[in-house]
Amino acid sequence: MSGQDPIAAFRIEAADLLDQIEEALLDLGHRLDDRDLVDAVFRGLHTLKGSGAMFGFDALATFTHHCESAFDRVRKGLVPATQALVAVILSAKDHMRALIDGDGTGQEAAGDAILQALQAAIEGAGAAAAPDTVAEPAKAGWRLSFRLPPEAMANGTNPLMLLDELREFGECRVIARVDRVPMLPDLVPVECHIGWDLELHGDISRGDIEDVFIFVMDDMELSIEPLETAAPAAAAVDDALDDVPPVQLHAVAPATPAAIPAPDAVAPANGRQPAKSGESVRVPAERLDELMDRVGELVIVQSRLSQLAHGSVIGMEMVLRSISEEIERLASELRETMMVLRMVPVASLFSRFRRLIHDLSRETGKTIELETEGEATEVDKTVMERLADPMVHLIRNACDHGLETAEERIAAGKSPVGKVRLSASQAGGEVMITIRDDGRGIDRERVRAKAESQGLIQPGQVLSDSEILHMIFHPGFSTAATVTNLSGRGVGMDVVKRTIETLRGAIDITSKPGEGSTVVLRIPLTLAIIDGLLVRVGDGRYVIPLAAVEECIELSLEDDLRSRGRSFITLRERLVPFLRLREMFDTGTRPDPHQKIVVIATGTERVGLVVDQIIGSHQTVIKSMSLLHQAVTTFAGATILGDGGVALILDVSQLVALGQHQEERLRAAG
Amino acid sequence: MEKSMIHWDATGGLEVLTFDLGSETFALEAVLVREILDLLPETAVPGALALVGSVVNFRGKIIPIADLRLAFGMPAAEATVDSRIVVIEMDAHGEPIQLGIRTDKVHEVATLREADAEAPPAVGMRWRRDYVRELVRREEGVIVLPDLTAIFNPLTGGDDAAGRASVH
Repeated sequence: MSGQDPIAAFRIEAADLLDQIEEALLDLGHRLDDRDLVDAVFRGLHTLKGSGAMFGFDALATFTHHCESAFDRVRKGLVPATQALVAVILSAKDHMRALIDGDGTGQEAAGDAILQALQAAIEGAGAAAAPDTVAEPAKAGWRLSFRLPPEAMANGTNPLMLLDELREFGECRVIARVDRVPMLPDLVPVECHIGWDLELHGDISRGDIEDVFIFVMDDMELSIEPLETAAPAAAAVDDALDDVPPVQLHAVAPATPAAIPAPDAVAPANGRQPAKSGESVRVPAERLDELMDRVGELVIVQSRLSQLAHGSVIGMEMVLRSISEEIERLASELRETMMVLRMVPVASLFSRFRRLIHDLSRETGKTIELETEGEATEVDKTVMERLADPMVHLIRNACDHGLETAEERIAAGKSPVGKVRLSASQAGGEVMITIRDDGRGIDRERVRAKAESQGLIQPGQVLSDSEILHMIFHPGFSTAATVTNLSGRGVGMDVVKRTIETLRGAIDITSKPGEGSTVVLRIPLTLAIIDGLLVRVGDGRYVIPLAAVEECIELSLEDDLRSRGRSFITLRERLVPFLRLREMFDTGTRPDPHQKIVVIATGTERVGLVVDQIIGSHQTVIKSMSLLHQAVTTFAGATILGDGGVALILDVSQLVALGQHQEERLRAAG
Repeated sequence: MEKSMIHWDATGGLEVLTFDLGSETFALEAVLVREILDLLPETAVPGALALVGSVVNFRGKIIPIADLRLAFGMPAAEATVDSRIVVIEMDAHGEPIQLGIRTDKVHEVATLREADAEAPPAVGMRWRRDYVRELVRREEGVIVLPDLTAIFNPLTGGDDAAGRASVH
């Protein structure tokens, strides 16, 4: 094991478990009688309980234990699974997350409310599920008999500590049963061969005793009998849990069909202790091996270099050059491997939205189906985390504003089930994430009316379709007639736009009345390093992201002079507008006699950039621009060159938009 | 805009770094100052305001270089052997930003007295009054405490400005 903090490791593991539980629960919501899913949920809860107790998350272990006990009755078929039950367990799952992330204080009330709702749901689900035993605290005390599984000590259980804990309850008499201790030659010293009988006197609840064994309970032999009955304490129970009546559940449940807390009910607890998810990345071992190989090679080259430095070799220059080339190759491969390490599939992002859709479906009363595609597409971990919030906004909008109610859909001749489709794909250096709904589409007239009433545009101002659609990204803009719990407050879309922009991405939006809307987020694969083309304009050096570069062509002096005023070149029978960066940047220098045009593209739009010189390719570590330069949109960032100087990185989408703008203007001018 | 507060200490003192711009002496709170550098090769940022017209590589970070002369209506001047960059860290909408301030000469860390300070006069100043927090009299002359927040905040843009910029 590494020196990682075990608590942190547990948190990571628990988060995974909760995700699995949630996944299974959401599936269960669709297929209520699927035994496998019921088992999957139960297994998840059970594991969580166990490891929670092991790492000292007692509140979590106890809470989960109650949920598990309740859910066990579903597993045993005593109670059928219902939507209500699934909803409560989902909210219980949220509470568990809060317990894991927080210190567990001040959350008892929320937990109790959920347990209460859970009990109500269980009772509502199956009237047959009458409690089989009602365990009163036995005044006189209990007679216990327990035997740990042989491997218990190897798993970290200390029987002495269990006994000590039991002793703390009150007067206690312990008798060791040594009948199963084998003869010395057969004795395995690391196994636990001893069983114990105890008489525990005092007013103790059965639940308290069980809590002592909470972690080992499932594999051990345990019988707990009230002292009065004095039953022979020999009957071994293989799954003690089966006999455990939900003591605490009854204690808090006045069996009223209490309102099931909406999943949001625990949201404040979540908000108070935001989950820190950005702290670790799971890396497939083979990728680490690759990285190790590279590091190994680097070490070899390094030793060659030091040999060279300490001795005189004939043909020094040649050797040095070969080493330099090798280091260059290694550095680039290391970089690539390193980048790949940071990549995670979007599946984990998409799976979060299943829950969102489930909740939205309940809140809006619309039946919504989520389809996903391309979950294997990989994105930089940081990028993915920062995508989550904007996507929540977009999905909420799609469900709330986009999708119609079932009646409206039927009236419009559509299936009553609304569809939201998430897809991801990779194209060049970008990841495209598409959020599509088959709802009513964006009402241009209402957007326009709203924009006019807010003074964002002049009445009658001519706007292109995409300009109108982009109005929805304006701060404070909302076309929803009513403000709902979900959306319509007019915050959100501008935040979406800004977040995507900070990721150096772009948003495309298309919408067909009656058929739905599509929002496409185009995000660069990674934030940290890109391949760039280093160019010189005047005295300044600039980097053009190589992924956007289509080709480089020469702009001869004659062509340059001839093209004055119209700034177009013909490229494979298409007119491509070009921008003279020297003029744009106002360098005040004379053009180089051999200017080049670098043709860049986003999607199908192309634009040429006239530069003085192409210096070469450059591995570009992207640094962000200062806040003081945020009004300068031509640059996406800056980088540090080998000589310590700074080169600015051109913002491709901005420049393409500028080029398009110029083209439109020229077309309009005829 | 409300003026940025000056946090005089309990005894009415304020530790500052004093420096020259043209014929004037300015002072900035010493706690803001991160480093004093010789001039670095600067990279012009086309399209940026002349006030923050270039960037430098400061220990692997890209920071803007500000020429306060422009905020105070002084003519631009050639660098001299005494020219230095004072790297400061200031707060913009809750986020710390670093920037370098080009100075003609850096003097010393000194303690100013609150008793010697007075608000800029309502008339008779060559400069924008909101760019100056206080004027402090000293034997050698008057020291100007500029209001960096007032000077630079319009560039960082509040939410409002950012919103306007995002609509085309």
